[in-house]
Amino acid sequence: MSSYPFKRTCKEVSALLIAREDRDLPLADRLALRVHMAMCQACPSFERQVLTMRNAMKNWRQYANDPRDDA
Amino acid sequence: MPHADAGPFDQQVASHRDYLLRFARLQLRNDAWAEDAVSDTLLAALSKPLSFGSRSQLKTWLVGILKHKIIDALRHHGREVCVGGDSDDEQADPLEFMAFKADGHFGERPAEWGNPEQDLSSRQFMEILEACASKLPASQGRLFLMREWLELSSEEICKELGLTATNLYVQLHRARLRLRECLELNWFASPRAT
Repeated sequence: MSSYPFKRTCKEVSALLIAREDRDLPLADRLALRVHMAMCQACPSFERQVLTMRNAMKNWRQYANDPRDDA
Repeated sequence: MPHADAGPFDQQVASHRDYLLRFARLQLRNDAWAEDAVSDTLLAALSKPLSFGSRSQLKTWLVGILKHKIIDALRHHGREVCVGGDSDDEQADPLEFMAFKADGHFGERPAEWGNPEQDLSSRQFMEILEACASKLPASQGRLFLMREWLELSSEEICKELGLTATNLYVQLHRARLRLRECLELNWFASPRAT
């Protein structure tokens, strides 16, 4: 990493947004994420995709675990 | 307590076999393991008959038993479960195929998918989601569904399978990005009649 400890590229940020689904990020990554998200036009769109997937999996879990009717 | 529409308990239980098999296959990605897990589930259910008010309650109960049998199977097959293939495709990092410029910034903004709650609980969407999950490479698909269907923590998965955290995270990273791409292609970016 360069002289900016909290500087991340969109690619690095995308990897962090995906990793966040499965593990707690270290403080430095969380801060870097916040800084980047505040300045970037594109990454918030990617984050919305990740959150939509999280939401979709929750719906699917419900559908798979508690089938409301005969399927 | 018999119900008006109830056949014998055995028949009711057996009638859910195909449903259980669908999820066992999706999670285990091995027909023989899936058949075994479902047989174990049906046997366990038949050995302690309970009364249910509806078919769906019985189904929910069976799914709960199935999950335990599946965790047993995953634990039993240990390393076989989580060792990926070494094809280039499976080893590839899907991030490399996204629209990043040489400097690591997005070349084009990721699409707005929208998040209409109704669409995402529709039957059609569930089918696409399951199809996408079933197209993941086997080890990636198993680990992904252990997180998302069995709801195990990353730590629990590593412990059950004797897998390092690094290995798990690499495979989940690939699985999630592949699923993202599949959903984008087959749902969010595809014209559909709703």
